[in-house]
Amino acid sequence: MAEAILEVFRGDRDGGKTAQYRVPIAPGMVVLDALHYIQGHLSPDLAVRWNCKAGKCGSCSAEVNGRPRLTCKTRMDTLPLDKPITVFPMKSFPVIKDLVTDVSWNYEVNKKIPPFTPRPGVEWKFYQDDVDRVQEFRKCIECFLCQNVCHVLREHHKMEQFGGPRFFVRVAGLEMHPLDGLSRLGLLKDQLGLGLCNITKCCTEVCPEEIHITDNAIIPLKERVVDEFYDPLLMLVRKIRG
Amino acid sequence: MTPKYETHEHDVLIIGAGGAGLRAAIEALAHGAKVGVVCKSLLGKAHTVMAEGGVAAAMANVDTADDWRTHFRDTMRGGKFLNHWRMAELHAQEAPDRVRELEQWGALFDRTQNGQILQRAFGGHTYKRLCHVGDRTGLEMIRTLQDRGVNLGIDVFMECTVSRLLKDGDRIAGAFGYWREQGRFVIFRAKSVVMATGGIGKAYKITSNSWEYTGDGMALAYRAGAELKDMEFVQFHPTGMVWPPGVQGLLVTEAVRGEGGILRNKGGERFMERYDPKRMELSTRDVVARAIYTEVREGRGTEHGGAFLDISQKPADYVKKKLPSMYHQFLELADVDITKQPMEVGPTCHYMMGGINVHPETAESTVPGLFAAGEAAAGMHGANRLGGNSLSDLLVFGRRAGGAAADHAKGVAVPAIDDRQIAEAERELLVPFERAGGEGPYAVHRDLQDTMQNLVGIFRTEEDLRRALDELEKLKARARNVCVEGSRMFNPGWHLAHDLTSMLTVSEAVTLSALARQESRGAHSRIDYPSLSDVWGKKNNVILREGDSMALRQVPVPEMPEELGEILAEEK
Repeated sequence: MAEAILEVFRGDRDGGKTAQYRVPIAPGMVVLDALHYIQGHLSPDLAVRWNCKAGKCGSCSAEVNGRPRLTCKTRMDTLPLDKPITVFPMKSFPVIKDLVTDVSWNYEVNKKIPPFTPRPGVEWKFYQDDVDRVQEFRKCIECFLCQNVCHVLREHHKMEQFGGPRFFVRVAGLEMHPLDGLSRLGLLKDQLGLGLCNITKCCTEVCPEEIHITDNAIIPLKERVVDEFYDPLLMLVRKIRG
Repeated sequence: MTPKYETHEHDVLIIGAGGAGLRAAIEALAHGAKVGVVCKSLLGKAHTVMAEGGVAAAMANVDTADDWRTHFRDTMRGGKFLNHWRMAELHAQEAPDRVRELEQWGALFDRTQNGQILQRAFGGHTYKRLCHVGDRTGLEMIRTLQDRGVNLGIDVFMECTVSRLLKDGDRIAGAFGYWREQGRFVIFRAKSVVMATGGIGKAYKITSNSWEYTGDGMALAYRAGAELKDMEFVQFHPTGMVWPPGVQGLLVTEAVRGEGGILRNKGGERFMERYDPKRMELSTRDVVARAIYTEVREGRGTEHGGAFLDISQKPADYVKKKLPSMYHQFLELADVDITKQPMEVGPTCHYMMGGINVHPETAESTVPGLFAAGEAAAGMHGANRLGGNSLSDLLVFGRRAGGAAADHAKGVAVPAIDDRQIAEAERELLVPFERAGGEGPYAVHRDLQDTMQNLVGIFRTEEDLRRALDELEKLKARARNVCVEGSRMFNPGWHLAHDLTSMLTVSEAVTLSALARQESRGAHSRIDYPSLSDVWGKKNNVILREGDSMALRQVPVPEMPEELGEILAEEK
């Protein structure tokens, strides 16, 4: 039977090293299957997060051969087997143990976002054309791969000033909801640091749900923020009116 | 006394953060309670996220003739009349409001031409009834509930596992558990506890369920003295993936058939004509699962032991729009383009109709202060659940459980926490670390899955079930001796060692109940008793702990009022 060698990070917040495991290959196998084989036969305390194993829950994010992926959707037969397959935890978040990282920061950012707030007296009637755009944003499975690759977070660690692509997508879903009556543009500008994004599209590239994060969420939000706060005409009007 | 561990106090403690748990939390808050939610995974990853096809509610947006009576009748007929009539009635009546409420909290369902929520056909439903978002309805629901709950201020304890319920005399006092991350112990003191812990699929080898589905809620409640009901009724969803091996069991939504998908055997025959010529592919799940299983067993299966499910006769754009995650799932995991080729599918363990026996209106169990909702509770679905009725179930009874739990908490004093129970709970969790040289939990789990799959599966016989009980005794003995390597820090082997005890408890309850029921009804098929029995049609099996052993008895199916009986008798 064919075999693969996995080189998996083992360690915790104090550091660690990789360990190699030989895993038999079955047809259609994904990296998460290989990790489960390690747990079940070689190292029962290997820490891995997973739930649905179907690309629907976004729990099993990791960096496979250096690429941020859902391990449940990464087929072994797409990876070269002549050298070890490396599996590391997401780099942007603190390691808890092995492949499990502390993603609690994301949940804190989410709390800052005011919820859907329907316009008063609104009629609960809207059409598919009104929701197509928003439904794209609502496909997000919160795998946090976009957060993981965003250089504002990954390289510059601006967790305090920046919300990250996941939450721009969430805000876009609320701002573009056909019945929502609230503006979150001030929040985007001041607390979620939308201006720090310089649209390198790294987030869009890794999104397993193929959400056009940059084009459909971030850029339209940037335009709205500019219109609201930096429109020269409006600024002039505001200055005159005091 | 001062507990020696981190302790939290709530009026209402909810265990499980899927749809039922979150809906319960929102309602308990609305009733003024201080609410805590404990969940084994991160928030938003619970099994509800995997629900695909839709939420059933007689809103009559598409088929205007639909009403709650028809939904009630469909549900009772689908459940082969073992359902608690009052739960089925409340469910059918309240589901539309629960769906509208989600929309008011920001959920975006697919729309009809005139701007209402779109509804699709599903097995066993007379009318187009399932409100949906493509094939990711569960994600939309859980995200909506999660954001609402967090915004309202529920305390969420993520990646925290409850290992035992605590009692103060006869009533509930809270729960004991551990943080998965560091392995530290934690005590929750609560006046009311709601079990919203989902099902038991991980006791089976081929399942659509995630690692979380280990029957914890049912096992914990059983141990605390609550009754379990209808445990023989385990739903095998007719369409799971069968190939490649790594994805075996993964759900293929019933929406494929709802949107017009056709089942064929390897000879190209549309075999449902022989099993249910009237409803064909949209027959109830028990019927379709048995049909596929029988085709395969009689040599008419596909290369990998399944049936073909074909939606390729529909335009490719339509398939991608209505079934996007199925399209990607097959393309990425099985190299099958479902807009051009048929899928290979076979039955997969999917849902538990049985569970904690609850009051139909308050969702309270037989233990005062202990409530249950969603898949963890019994009664709503009887012998077989209709697709789409679980998402509506968890909204309707999640809300009811949360409200009743909050009201209960208002009327009782803060319970006392008993040191002896804490010491026992702690001991149970630590003892696997102290054993040396025993086997690990994974091997025991694999053998349990084989036993349940092979001996307590879709078709059952007395001989198999008796063998299963013997095997379960051996597995219990092995589980008592498993040893765990490593530390308490995020250690899946250790977590499984405990989850195993829950799976063994529910597996025994399933097997005992299946052995007792000498008939075939809904999801329970006995080769040695192939027909419906009038006698068994009037009884529910109930499991209760007696000392250290499991006792089984029968209770009469509650008698329904005449006017509801008339609804059932109507021809449609």
